[in-house]
Amino acid sequence: MKTQWQGFESGLWTDEVNVRDFIQHNYTEYRGDESFLSGPTEATNKLWGKLSELQKEERAKGGVLECETEVVSDIDAYGPGYIDESLKDLEKVVGLQTDKPLKRAFMPFGGIKMAQQAAAMYGYEINPRFDEIFNKYHKTHNQAVFDAYTPEMKQVRHNKILTGLPDTYGRGRIVGDYRRVALYGIDYLIAQKQDDLANCGDGTMTDNVIRLREELAEQIKALKKMKVMAKSYGYDISQPAQTAKEAVQWLYFGYLAAIKTQNGAAMSVGRVSTFLDIYIERDLKNGVITEEEAQELIDHFVMKLRMVKFARIKSYNELFSGDPVWATLEVAGMGQDGRSMVTKNDFRFLHTLENMGPSPEPNLTVLYCSSLPQDFKEYATKVSVRTSSIQYENDDVMRPVWGDDYSICCCVSATQTGKEMQFFGARANLAKCLLYAMNGGKDVKTGEQCGPAYAPITSEYLDYDELMAKYDKMMDWLAGLYVNTLNLIQYMHDKYYYEAAEMALIDTDVRRTFATGIAGFSHVVDSLSAVKYAKVKVIRGDVEVKKKVKNPETGEMEVKVVDVAKDMALDFEVEGDFPRYGNDDDRADDIAVWLLKTFLKKIKKHHTYRDSEPTTSILTITSNVVYGKATGSLPDGRKAGEPLSPGANPSYGAEKNGLIASLNSVAKLPYEYALDGISNTQTISPEALGHNESEQKKTLAGVIDGYFNKGAHHINVNVFGTEKLLDAQAHPEKPEYANFTIRVSGYAVKFIDLTTEQQNDVISRTCHKAM
Amino acid sequence: MELKGAVHSVESFGSVDGPGIRYIIFLKGCNLRCKFCHNPDTWKLTQDNMQTADELLEKALRCKAYWGKNGGITVSGGDPLVQIDFLSELLKKAKKEGVNTCIDTAAEPFTRQEPFFSKFKELMEYTDLLLVDIKHIDPQEHKKLTGKTNENILDCLKYLSDIDKPVWIRQVLVPGITDNEEYLRKTRDFISTLKNVKKIEVLPYHTLGIFKWEQLGIPYSLEGVSPPTHESVENAKKILNEALK
Repeated sequence: MKTQWQGFESGLWTDEVNVRDFIQHNYTEYRGDESFLSGPTEATNKLWGKLSELQKEERAKGGVLECETEVVSDIDAYGPGYIDESLKDLEKVVGLQTDKPLKRAFMPFGGIKMAQQAAAMYGYEINPRFDEIFNKYHKTHNQAVFDAYTPEMKQVRHNKILTGLPDTYGRGRIVGDYRRVALYGIDYLIAQKQDDLANCGDGTMTDNVIRLREELAEQIKALKKMKVMAKSYGYDISQPAQTAKEAVQWLYFGYLAAIKTQNGAAMSVGRVSTFLDIYIERDLKNGVITEEEAQELIDHFVMKLRMVKFARIKSYNELFSGDPVWATLEVAGMGQDGRSMVTKNDFRFLHTLENMGPSPEPNLTVLYCSSLPQDFKEYATKVSVRTSSIQYENDDVMRPVWGDDYSICCCVSATQTGKEMQFFGARANLAKCLLYAMNGGKDVKTGEQCGPAYAPITSEYLDYDELMAKYDKMMDWLAGLYVNTLNLIQYMHDKYYYEAAEMALIDTDVRRTFATGIAGFSHVVDSLSAVKYAKVKVIRGDVEVKKKVKNPETGEMEVKVVDVAKDMALDFEVEGDFPRYGNDDDRADDIAVWLLKTFLKKIKKHHTYRDSEPTTSILTITSNVVYGKATGSLPDGRKAGEPLSPGANPSYGAEKNGLIASLNSVAKLPYEYALDGISNTQTISPEALGHNESEQKKTLAGVIDGYFNKGAHHINVNVFGTEKLLDAQAHPEKPEYANFTIRVSGYAVKFIDLTTEQQNDVISRTCHKAM
Repeated sequence: MELKGAVHSVESFGSVDGPGIRYIIFLKGCNLRCKFCHNPDTWKLTQDNMQTADELLEKALRCKAYWGKNGGITVSGGDPLVQIDFLSELLKKAKKEGVNTCIDTAAEPFTRQEPFFSKFKELMEYTDLLLVDIKHIDPQEHKKLTGKTNENILDCLKYLSDIDKPVWIRQVLVPGITDNEEYLRKTRDFISTLKNVKKIEVLPYHTLGIFKWEQLGIPYSLEGVSPPTHESVENAKKILNEALK
């Protein structure tokens, strides 16, 4: 046994890369309460104070403190950087994405144009020589995708029926098993990958073998660069970590390599809490550290995760709301052997929200089920009541599918740590698709013939059977085009923006999932219900088709009307009442289940890139505001341009029987058909949970127990009243709102960072109150 | 013909009307006209939403997973005792399903006269807990505040004490009307004579229901009365809870 492993119980993990086996042999379950926790140290307060100042400065500068313009980001592109040069000895965990705190790196490989625009929006100009390099000498992912797109793909993208596609930035959602760096050290990991390379293929150079050999070579290079990067901070990570402090540091260097090279939409940290607890327990036992120092270590690690930033264009931030990175980090969960995996460290991670206040990042996720220790559950819900910064995911539905060592790779999607990767695929707007079915493939926003020119519906009142038949056909078209667009994107991403750092920390023989997604879910369900149970009259009108054309006289581009789309279904009048999704009413909820199953079946018909396994999700983040803008009026009463409801949430105002009836509707959606996740965001006023904190935490745990025992997948919990949101909107300058965090569909965001439109959307959503 | 109840609405998530997480069924009809009422839309026994006990229970039982050890169903109103036959059938069926049952009542319909008294006795067989409001301890003040005196209410509480049925007592605290310390002490002294009181809650008057009065076109007579201060609520809690010592 290696000297760094002294005190650990050996197992399979000692002779092969197998972190799960290490954890199962060595972790100490904790069933007590939070009374052992320590407050922030002086160093933590000083560093967090400094960082808070920087964040304030960042906000004052319009959202970005500084942009890199001269250096292309890479694992070893920079020397060391600290939160504050004069305080650097206080930092227990070191390492920044660039050389300065909150400075945004220049990452051109996803798309040079996007990188240039992002910098320009904040007043920075990328050195022009990069323009030449990445347009003339080196292709980017974005360029490659657009080279290969068909005209139809460009058109659906333009009409936003497929939306949020990762074709201009990193696809993200790949979680390296960063724990491997701590447990094994880089040299061993390099040796393993070299062995894989030596055994890759039998000499017959098929496409697959050639590609994998090249990828392995890239991975090995990335591992070597990680050592160089760590060295610049004075650490040698070639060997395993010896102490808890080293384990956190080694692990963070692994993650840092990922966020220095990839600007993915989600850059998760993974399931690291229980793993790190093993090192902390060993050090506590040997008197190497105290509880206070253990908490400090976790606080400083989390502080670093709160600093992860990417340069984004403003419309990207509008799409994703705020400035998110989804540095998702999980705690708790149950082991396959029936022991809970709750350790003291799971308390410590949640406790960071008390020591340093609420924060949207890291996206703290509790892998929850009713059989977790009650003390832990109630501590988590207590922190939720206090900070609204935690999300809960049902370990009981995920464990059977992904085992007991999965991570959350995005906002809510599970992936087996170190064994899997995901091809992130944004979403298809099924509400728009319903309108295409009525309008013969024409888009009511642009008037363009975007989908196939099937016969439109011409009757005054919509007939359920006719609509369903047409919707089925239109969804067939959309599903096929969607999968093929994604195939192309993923191919190019592998080729031009390969995630060498993350993949170096994942098994070479990797399982791949192909994640599609649904937007507009609740509106389709309610619209179909309206047509089925009430009478829906169509209000038709004409839509002008506009195009940018060159004026032959002036030579300038002008918008001109080139065609008129006649008799488009622009609005609807509903006569009579109809059941809505969100009331535990099977008439509506059955339509919801049908929609999910139907969509996934259609997706599964198609070939998916690299034999990946297709999945789908209903989790639209807060892009619901942007998606809503591109979606016309619907039969459920939602008017053109209004936000769609987020994720799998019922539509605004649809819930008439309170929180639990609403949760029951969502819980009916079968997780097996949406393995990429079903997100649900709920805001509950504190008074509705009980008279005092002790009642509130118990009630909240009871709500989550019930919801998850019904088979639901995920819940975001916000605990505050509308008054607080209104006040925060009116007075963003108040210090108490600087880090006022709210949970929205699978992630958290600072409320004051949202656009006014998004804030209004959050405010208008149902707040569950008891009257 | 199966018995049907006049239902105002249901709320699938209640956590302050009885122990644990509860499914609340609001029945229509109330004999009182409390000036501070936040549900004046439940006063009249209109017949526009009639449901059977089975229909209501089928919906409620879907929420069983959330109830844990303590939660269950609370029937509120209005005053559910107004529809005692239906209430009894509903709770009898709920009990058969092993559900914890709770009634949130003003207890004004209570009387020891027949046929009500026998019905009430039977109802108590299916009831685990009653939440009873004392609107005011003084009979005349009670009449001013609610339109009726409090005789039946206090008698009901005495009866419940005699049969040892668990009760939570709730006092709505309306500034200038029920927050008088002398009255609070009188209320406390009355509660001290009861042996079945498990909990005393002070419910601060709130104005969230005023819009309903406006919608119904009923003049609201507490216009201008603000919710009580935190200190006043704490003081009332302190005084009333002395009854449990």
